[in-house]
Amino acid sequence: MNLLALPRAALIASAVLGVAPFVVPSWVLFILTLALAKFLAVLGVALFLRAGMVTFGHALFYAVGAYTVGFSAKWFGFREALVLVPLGALTGLIAAALVGLIMARYRGVFFAMLNLAFSMILYAALLKLYWVTGGTDGLGAGTPTFLGALLPRDIFRIAYYYFALVIAGVIIYGVYRFLVSPLGYFLKALGDNEIRIEYSGESVRRVVYTTYVLSGALGGVAGVLVAFTVGHIVPEYSFWIQSGDFVFIALLGGFESVPGPLIGAIAFEFIRTYASKYWPEGWQILLGGIMLLIILYRPGGLWAIYESVAARFSGRARGEAGA
Amino acid sequence: MVKAADGLNVEVRKSELIGIVGANGSGKTTFLNLITGYLTPERGRILFMGRDTTGLPPRVITKLGIARSFQIPQLYTHLSVLESMLLSLAAESGKGTSFWHPLYRDHWTGDGLETLDRFGLKSYSDRPVSELPEGGRKLLDIALSFALKPKLLLMDEPTSGVSIEDKFQVMDTLVKVLQQSDITTIFVEHDMEVVQRYGRRVLVFDNGQVIADGKPESVLADPEVRKAVLGHV
Repeated sequence: MNLLALPRAALIASAVLGVAPFVVPSWVLFILTLALAKFLAVLGVALFLRAGMVTFGHALFYAVGAYTVGFSAKWFGFREALVLVPLGALTGLIAAALVGLIMARYRGVFFAMLNLAFSMILYAALLKLYWVTGGTDGLGAGTPTFLGALLPRDIFRIAYYYFALVIAGVIIYGVYRFLVSPLGYFLKALGDNEIRIEYSGESVRRVVYTTYVLSGALGGVAGVLVAFTVGHIVPEYSFWIQSGDFVFIALLGGFESVPGPLIGAIAFEFIRTYASKYWPEGWQILLGGIMLLIILYRPGGLWAIYESVAARFSGRARGEAGA
Repeated sequence: MVKAADGLNVEVRKSELIGIVGANGSGKTTFLNLITGYLTPERGRILFMGRDTTGLPPRVITKLGIARSFQIPQLYTHLSVLESMLLSLAAESGKGTSFWHPLYRDHWTGDGLETLDRFGLKSYSDRPVSELPEGGRKLLDIALSFALKPKLLLMDEPTSGVSIEDKFQVMDTLVKVLQQSDITTIFVEHDMEVVQRYGRRVLVFDNGQVIADGKPESVLADPEVRKAVLGHV
């Protein structure tokens, strides 16, 4: 098995996403950029779901990344995307490194709810410290610069989309490397048997902590990208509903694979956009119904549906070739 | 108050193959749990190669060279047999928390398949652990500990749950591998026949104490020992 081999789905996805700016209207490009950004935060949540752990508080790091942009813009007028993305990763990483010292000790419902508690503490702080954070009004992100250049609006949309796409690509590669590494396998094994890990001489806490720090960095990058996509940062970035959305997207797309959360994020943004337009009072019912169907019939999510369809087609193609 | 370990004083020499036998609740597994750090004794010390390991956590004790298997195999049921083995090899080489290099490396895969072959598990290498038969699960549990290259290997009831027909085959495989590797081994067994056949030295536990210690043929013939272990002479 060679998980590092570039699967066909990745090539198809790269081609489709690569030509998107030239064939889709700008509002679709906006949704795709938003989905690419949120996908990175979902990827961090999905890492823990693979280990049988659920977090309802990862919006914390997403907000930390977003407010990194907000403070940079507010205090320094600095909006350089090439600097702020790594800076967002760093602030997310630092926040996760601190919170993770406590989180790595807990499992199950305590892990889930303590994460939520930390994100809600940040949410409350963002609301109350309005002279710093802007309170409910939030902070403006403005338009980012690339190497100091402020691009014209139409070019910027496309350039920023490709920027997000490249970052997502780099992170996908990094997460793939992580998942096929000993630590990635230990993470997967963690849901099976912590005792065996400890009696192999490895620290379960270290496995959880390292993953937590990584997922915090992913959340930070996602926050930076979303901040520049939307242009405005509000405390709701840290609210528990945002964390719930990340878990929802991971389940919708499928958390066992790396492409699953990407498909989930794209599907989620489109469902939400269309449903809130045509069924503004009840679009959550639609999301709930979809989740119900996924859990009941396809727990592997949309990615599992794609895999089964692809397997059926390739099986049919082999059959025809053999006939 | 029941004492599961009371005034134990056991010295184990290099390359020994020791069988521990005793009735249920006699303190056999407690003894292993004390050595591997799962339990901490209220009094006394545990020395391993001159180092005091009392109170150290299991992972530190494992790193020092003491590995163990369990009465109920502790396995990664969602991984394949080979993946499980590779994780042990990664841990042994100190690369267990590496997050950039792949788990499937040529030399680890080669070593992993070779180890699985020695334990008769190579044909299962790509299968999920959950699909292994009970005897295979026992062997894999021990093989995962063996792959850590321990100086002392502790096995808790390696044949429990294994059919009567298979238990001697399991023990034959184990003893052959262990003798080739010159690993000091202690195994706990409730089956006197297994201890008699495979142990070079036997310890008999009763009420948390060692009531007999010596060669299997003489110790297990003792009526007092038979009464303590079997409940009758």
